[in-house]
Amino acid sequence: MTLLTDKPTTHVDPQSTVGAAPEESRAARLTSFEVSDFPVPNGREEEWRFTPVDRLGGVFADEADDIRGDDTNGIDHPADYDVSGVLDLMGPSLAPGQAPRGTVLVPGDRGAVVASAHTPEALYLTLEAEKEYAEPLRVNVHGNGAGRLSSAHYVVEAGHHSKGLLILDHTGSADHRGNLEVIVGEGADLTVVTLQRWEDDAVHLGQHDAQVGRDATYKHISVSLGGSIVRVNSNVRYDGPGGDATLLGVYFADAGQHLEHRSFVDHNTPHTQSLVTYKGALQGDGAHTVWVGDVLIRKEAEGIDTYELNRNLVLTDGARADSIPNLEIETGEIAGAGHASSTGRFDDEQLFYLMSRGIDETNARRLVVRGFFADIIAKIGVPEVVDTLMAAIEEELATDMAATA
Amino acid sequence: MTTLEIRDLHVTVETDTEEKVILRGVDLTINSGETHAIMGPNGSGKSTLAYAVAGHPKYTVTSGTITLDGEDVLAMGVDERAQAGLFLAMQYPVEVPGVTVSNFLRTAKTSIDGEAPKLRTWVKDMKGAMEALRMDASFAERNVNEGFSGGEKKRHEILQMELLQPKIAVLDETDSGLDVDALKVVAEGVNRVKENTGLGVMLITHYTRILRYINPDHVHVFVNGRVAESGGPELADRLENEGYDRYLQAAAV
Ligand SMILES: Nc1ncnc2c1ncn2[C@@H]1O[C@H](COP(=O)(O)OP(=O)(O)O)[C@@H](O)[C@H]1O
Ligand SMILES: [Mg+2]
Repeated sequence: MTLLTDKPTTHVDPQSTVGAAPEESRAARLTSFEVSDFPVPNGREEEWRFTPVDRLGGVFADEADDIRGDDTNGIDHPADYDVSGVLDLMGPSLAPGQAPRGTVLVPGDRGAVVASAHTPEALYLTLEAEKEYAEPLRVNVHGNGAGRLSSAHYVVEAGHHSKGLLILDHTGSADHRGNLEVIVGEGADLTVVTLQRWEDDAVHLGQHDAQVGRDATYKHISVSLGGSIVRVNSNVRYDGPGGDATLLGVYFADAGQHLEHRSFVDHNTPHTQSLVTYKGALQGDGAHTVWVGDVLIRKEAEGIDTYELNRNLVLTDGARADSIPNLEIETGEIAGAGHASSTGRFDDEQLFYLMSRGIDETNARRLVVRGFFADIIAKIGVPEVVDTLMAAIEEELATDMAATA
Repeated sequence: MTTLEIRDLHVTVETDTEEKVILRGVDLTINSGETHAIMGPNGSGKSTLAYAVAGHPKYTVTSGTITLDGEDVLAMGVDERAQAGLFLAMQYPVEVPGVTVSNFLRTAKTSIDGEAPKLRTWVKDMKGAMEALRMDASFAERNVNEGFSGGEKKRHEILQMELLQPKIAVLDETDSGLDVDALKVVAEGVNRVKENTGLGVMLITHYTRILRYINPDHVHVFVNGRVAESGGPELADRLENEGYDRYLQAAAV
């Protein structure tokens, strides 16, 4: 395929493809530890209407993990966890209901509730107060087979004025449901990166909830590249004024891939800040991405500042990006609140301009796509994540070029 | 010595409803060192001619030929035409978000030359060319055409021309929207490249103003998709006084 012969640039207005905003306040959404409170979704529910739930049967199951083998031949888990990078931070694992587990994250949907119910022992990491961790803290999750049910729950507590970077790296394949519960203490500065680098047949549902303390800084970066269906929800609320949350996401969806990101910033505290930025590219038939960004500014949350943005770049026909910002404002006393969302096709005029300067099509496309991601990559600011991401983008583009050459 | 030869060129553009005929038999020969002013009213097809030479995919050549030193330009891709030595300074340069001017220029230079320029000379050349065009050094780190003023866009086009060193350049209304000071800077740039490299120029313009700073060897009046009359610089003076009315009436008959 040659892009130059494609249809002219079109702009897909995301608002035209969706119905009205949900009539119910985001605050009223059910949360519960009871599996029976969340029936298996049928796809008509507001929060599941974009997700191919018919392909999610396995991961919704109210069943324990698919553990095989025995003591003599060795136990074969659905996923292996490499925690060698965080041994110093590990405390005794937490059972359901054992604080701080459950103090920040209460499941908000079927995936999260079964993850919680079937994780008897949650990994518990503590960053020591006032300590700065110079090296990234890593947890590597490797799925051991497509369709194998896997559950996880992690609790991360950053002590007051601590500083660190946690990278959660997902590879291999599984039917994985994972919860992440984050407590950012007063004045702490924590960055959590979740990399979805699954094989093509993996399924991953994730609920990541954080509570941002007084004057604390929290950054959640979601990078979704692999997997058949990936849906990561990143939620934030505050525990004191001065809290600052940045939620970033980058995704690249191929043919048949469904990558969904939802974020919810609950401005429940005055003088807090949030910045939500997600950017994604899509290529190939049936590539589908979803971003739903909810922000709630409660009545008491005076003087807050929030901005959320989503941009999608559709590289080929047959791909679809849904993009929905929801801003609910209950007080007029705010410093700032805004959102922007757009989905655009690859711009043939840009390609012509670059090629008219002698740059061949492959390199011209590369420049445009890299340029599209440049600002969010600058925001990520974690060198090794940026390198991984750039390499993955190069690989995606090379795959596309080979497929269309 | 290079020759761009356009013979009996017919071009259509695809609109939502039809294949619209725009160029109706254009003949034009431009040699190295020559400057040809193409003057005509809005909508006469000047930009279409420029795009057809550069190979914009929206425009279809239905008959006629374009050759560069005998090589069939129409058989070349857009990038190959630039590599062969053609350059188009666009009337409406395109924004490329996230791509810095410096990255863009280096990539373009590498593509045209077939090898990366030597870092030290390149940095020096770029700095020199930017200074000559009165462009601030910070310009190099801005994204291509993003948030540029009209004048900055045009200077940036000429900057590319200086650095890429084409054989024949088509300048599509590079003078439009420039104040006198900017116009002088841009014209100086064009003259400098002409002098240094023997560039051949197709100078498309709506106004005679720029011809005070760039002296044309030939002037062609472009009306209704073809050259209606050709002459020397004196033809520009006549257009200055009489406008295009005479030609438009003739074309309407
Ligand atoms: N991409 C296009 N789509 C539709 N019509 C076009 C397009 N480009 C040019 N035209 C039409 O062709 C004619 C000539 O346009 P153009 O070449 O831009 O003229 P000029 O540069 O002399 O003002 C005009 O009537 C214009 O509307
Ligand atoms: Mg024009």
